Amino acid sequence: MSEITNFKLCDLVDKIKKKKLSSKEITEAFINRSKKSTKLNSYISDNFDDAINRAKEFDSKPNLNKKIPGIPMAVKDLFCTKNLRTTAGSKILENFIPTYESTVTQNILDHGGIIIGKLNCDEFAMGSSNETSYYGNVQNPISENLVPGGSSGGSSSALAAKLTPATIGTDTGGSIRQPASFTGTVGLKPTYGSCSRYGIVAFASSLDQAGPMTHDVKDCALLLEVMSSYDVKDSTSVDFVRGNYLNDLSDNIKGKKIGIPKEYRVDGMPKEIEKLWEKGIKIIKDNGGDVIDISLPNTNYALPAYYIVAPAEASSNLARYDGVKYGFRSKGENLIDMYEKTRSEGFGDEVKRRIMIGTYVLSSGYYDAYYLKAQKVRRLIKNDFDEAYKKVDAILTPSTPSSAFKIGEKLNDPVSMYLNDIFTVPINLAGLPAISLPAGHDKNGFPLGLQVIGKAFDEQTILNIAYSIEKNIGYKNNINDWWIK
Amino acid sequence: MTIDLKTVKHISKLSRISIEEEKAKKLSNDLNSIFEFIEKLNELDTSKTEPLTSIAETTLKLRKDKIETKNIREDILKNSPDKNKDFFVVPKVVE
Repeated sequence: MSEITNFKLCDLVDKIKKKKLSSKEITEAFINRSKKSTKLNSYISDNFDDAINRAKEFDSKPNLNKKIPGIPMAVKDLFCTKNLRTTAGSKILENFIPTYESTVTQNILDHGGIIIGKLNCDEFAMGSSNETSYYGNVQNPISENLVPGGSSGGSSSALAAKLTPATIGTDTGGSIRQPASFTGTVGLKPTYGSCSRYGIVAFASSLDQAGPMTHDVKDCALLLEVMSSYDVKDSTSVDFVRGNYLNDLSDNIKGKKIGIPKEYRVDGMPKEIEKLWEKGIKIIKDNGGDVIDISLPNTNYALPAYYIVAPAEASSNLARYDGVKYGFRSKGENLIDMYEKTRSEGFGDEVKRRIMIGTYVLSSGYYDAYYLKAQKVRRLIKNDFDEAYKKVDAILTPSTPSSAFKIGEKLNDPVSMYLNDIFTVPINLAGLPAISLPAGHDKNGFPLGLQVIGKAFDEQTILNIAYSIEKNIGYKNNINDWWIK
Repeated sequence: MTIDLKTVKHISKLSRISIEEEKAKKLSNDLNSIFEFIEKLNELDTSKTEPLTSIAETTLKLRKDKIETKNIREDILKNSPDKNKDFFVVPKVVE
C-alpha cells in the first residue's frame, strides 16, 4: 500500500469522501513510511498508536462533512498538543506534556485531522537549518547531508519525504518559506493575526505566525482554511471574514498588477535564481498579468532591524523558563544560582546568544539606540510596502538568496546564517502574507523557490498567482528514497 | 562599539544565564560580529519616524471578566520539576 503516501492532501480527502480509502489505511501508510525513515530524524515524538486508534474510531463513524476527514498529519513540535510531549526542540522542555491544545492544532482536530507526531525544529524556532535543535540535525530528503532549512526543518523534511500528506509550521522571519524552498514544497506565512498564536511556544510575539506547508498550492489553500480562525485567546487575532481559499482558487490572473522590487537583486545571487525569477515574470505576463517595476528602498535594513526586534521579544518571552513551573531544572546553591544553571544547561548556544542580544538591546542606556531605532526602521519597511501596494496587487521575488547548503557549512558564522532570511524577514516585519512555491533547480539539482507577497488579509490573490505559476512552471521533486534501505 | 568580556558577563547576569569563562570569549566575538551588522541601521535618519510597536495597530478588544477554566490546580502543577502538595518548591529564599 506504499503508493498511498504519494497522494496529496486534496486527493486523500477525495478518496476518503468517496470511501475508496479508509482513515486507517491512510494513517497506517504514513506511519509505516515514517517508521522506515528514522534516518531523516524528522520526528521528535510520535503518536502512532494513539493515531491508529483514532483512525479506527473515525472509520467506525465517519463524518465526511469535515474539511480533512480522518487525515493523518504530523505537526511542528512548537504547537502545544494536549497530553502529547511538546519540546520546541529544546532540552529545557524535554519532559513537558501540555495540559491544553493550541488553537491551530485544535482546528486541525475539529476539521477531522489526526495528529501522528511532532516534528523536529530549531530550538525555540531560532535557526535557518534545523541545526540548533537539541534533538539533532534533520536530513533533507533531496540529498544526504543537506539541511532541510529552518526553523520548520522537520516539517519540510517530513513533507518532502511523504511521511505526512501536509504539515504546519511557524514563521517568524522565514521559518516556513525558507524550508519549503529548500525542499521543493509549498509554504505560506499568513497575515499577522490570521492564525491564532494561542498554544504556540512563543519566540517573537509581534512576528510569529503559523501557516500551512504542503505539496502544492491547492493543498495549501485547503489547509489554510482549516488553520485560520478568529480566537479570543490571542489578543492579536484579527476578526475578519476568512475566505473560501480552496473554492475560490483560480489561475486567472488577468489584469493583476505584480511588482518586481529591484532591491531583491542582491550581489552574489546565483544565476539560476535570476533566471527562475525571469521565468516567473514571463509566466505572469503570458497569463495576462501586468508586471511593474517597484522599489522597496529600505529592504537592506530589514535584517539588522529584525535581529534587534526578534531577540528583544525572545529575551522577554523566554524569561518564563526558570526551572520552577515546568521544564528542566538544575540544582543550585540558592534561587538565583538555580535560575542561572537551569538556563545555562537547558538552553543551547543559539538561544543563549539571542537572549543575550535581546537583553542587551533592552538594557538601560541602550534601549533608544537599538530597540527604539529598530522599531522606527520597522515603520519605514512597512511604509515601503504600503507605497508599493498603491501601484500593485502583489509582489514577486525569489524565496531565498541560495539553495540548501550542507549540514555544518554555516554553523560557525551566525551572520552568514542570518543572511538566508534576507528575502523573507521584511514580510514578517510588515505583517504581510507570503507564499513560497517550488520553481526549479540549481546546478546541483537542489530546489529553488519563488515568493509571492500580498496585501494584508489578501491570501487569495497570492494563492491564485502561485497557482498560475505552479501550473506553468512544471516543477517536479526528484526524490529517490536514499534514506530507506 | 565593542562588547568586551566584562559586558558579556554583565549581560549574562541580567539574562540569568551563567556562562563559563572560555565560552564568554567566543560569545563576545559572536556578539561583536552581530552588532557590527546591526550598526548598519545608523545610516538611516529616523528622527521624524514614529516607532512601529505592533502591526495590528488597534485598541485591544475587551472581553467579559468571566472565569472559563476551573479546578486546574493539578494541571498547573503537573509539569513542575519539584512540587509539594499544592505548591511549587524552590531553593530557600529567606535566611
